[in-house]
Amino acid sequence: MENMMKWLNDPVVRSVLALILAPVLGGIIMGLDRKITARMQGRMGPPLMQPFYDIIKLMGKEPFVLHRPQILYTMLHLVFMMITVVMLVTGQDLLMVLLIHAFSSIALVLGGMSVRSPYSWIGSQRKIMQILAYEPILILLILGIRLRDGSFLGSAVLESQEPLIYSMPLLFLAFVCVLAIEFGKSPFDVSSSHHAHQEIVRGVYQEYAGPFYCLTEIAHFYELALGFGLVMAFWHTNILCGFLLETVVFLFLLVVDNAFSRLTTGWMVRYMWTVPLSLALANLIWLWR
Amino acid sequence: MTKATAKSPWVVHVNCNSCNGCDIEFLACLTPMYDAERFGVVHIGSPKHADIMVVTGSVNHRNARVLRNLYEQMPGPKVVVAMGICPATGGIFADCYNVLGGVDKVIPVDVYVPGCPPRPEAMLDGILEGAAILAQKQQNTPTVKPVMKLKIVKPAPAPAPAEAPAAAGATGEQAVAK
Repeated sequence: MENMMKWLNDPVVRSVLALILAPVLGGIIMGLDRKITARMQGRMGPPLMQPFYDIIKLMGKEPFVLHRPQILYTMLHLVFMMITVVMLVTGQDLLMVLLIHAFSSIALVLGGMSVRSPYSWIGSQRKIMQILAYEPILILLILGIRLRDGSFLGSAVLESQEPLIYSMPLLFLAFVCVLAIEFGKSPFDVSSSHHAHQEIVRGVYQEYAGPFYCLTEIAHFYELALGFGLVMAFWHTNILCGFLLETVVFLFLLVVDNAFSRLTTGWMVRYMWTVPLSLALANLIWLWR
Repeated sequence: MTKATAKSPWVVHVNCNSCNGCDIEFLACLTPMYDAERFGVVHIGSPKHADIMVVTGSVNHRNARVLRNLYEQMPGPKVVVAMGICPATGGIFADCYNVLGGVDKVIPVDVYVPGCPPRPEAMLDGILEGAAILAQKQQNTPTVKPVMKLKIVKPAPAPAPAEAPAAAGATGEQAVAK
């Protein structure tokens, strides 16, 4: 047992495990999401493994691009998301994790902007607004961790004995809003919504086809796993409590998703820069020593 | 992969001057009553993500070009389902001077679902039949791809600037001159 723990602490083993497990977890979360959403709407819903069927099917489709740089952008989107996951599990600098994660989203936007399609352009612009809305909150979150633990390193969070949620509950609430944006949940699903496949909100994915669309889907699985990993990190001292927190957040997001309709991008940016931002700032005040 | 293809048919819906009867019935398939999503059917907006193209309406000379363009944008393997009697034969519009009389005059059709409009159950049956054909097509395509050949699709050329803006500009100048 002790030997295994030592083995798990090896950064290479950790990275490889995270790279393999994260998309599997992300896919299962997405399957659960689709199933529970369907049950909430009184439908039967697709099987739990549906996201995996989808990506396997997309892999087998004809490779189909508009021009070669588009392939590069898709690959960059996935690779930077993978690097984010690896950096997070090996406890690297959180600011760097944030920047690389942002670059992953930017690669998707660049891919969307690189083709001459108005839908793709509008979708990409909405995605940019999304990034604009949630990045300040994430920076404040990392600043809060810096103020509490005296370090930007992710490993410092895991080494401290007190769970993050005790000292930053308001930042956690702000972070839940960020999660809603990242997972494309109403009322924040102005871009990359999970459910409105035929609307402009999926515009940023419009021009990716076949295996390249599959890569963006896998990157989204990584993103889902990343988001829930961060929720877990808020209560890392007790795995059961962390899991409970995660379940509550997940169900809360689903209820909100089904209960609210989509609002405009302008509303989203205004809301994110007032309510969650002030929550986060208020939390920073009492962390300031 | 064949199994996964059969379980995840993504559908794009093309309306070729339909009377909207079939379209409304098709959307009824997605409601909780019939719930097409339990078979993995996702109603997708972009033909580039779709596996199955559902066509409603009798095709006419004007939108045949659009239909063919959309069909060519779908990555293979792909299946076309003609939903209703109009895309099969032209239906009650068959004698109209502008109607081509069937989708199969323009693109290859795999499944015909007759009816005016077909019941949602029949539509679901048609889509699932299409998914089975899709899986078969997937199986028949060579799985080993030695070189990943890319199919580069050139976008349609930008429409040539019409005379209208120039004319409008000219009249504008005249207006200013006056």
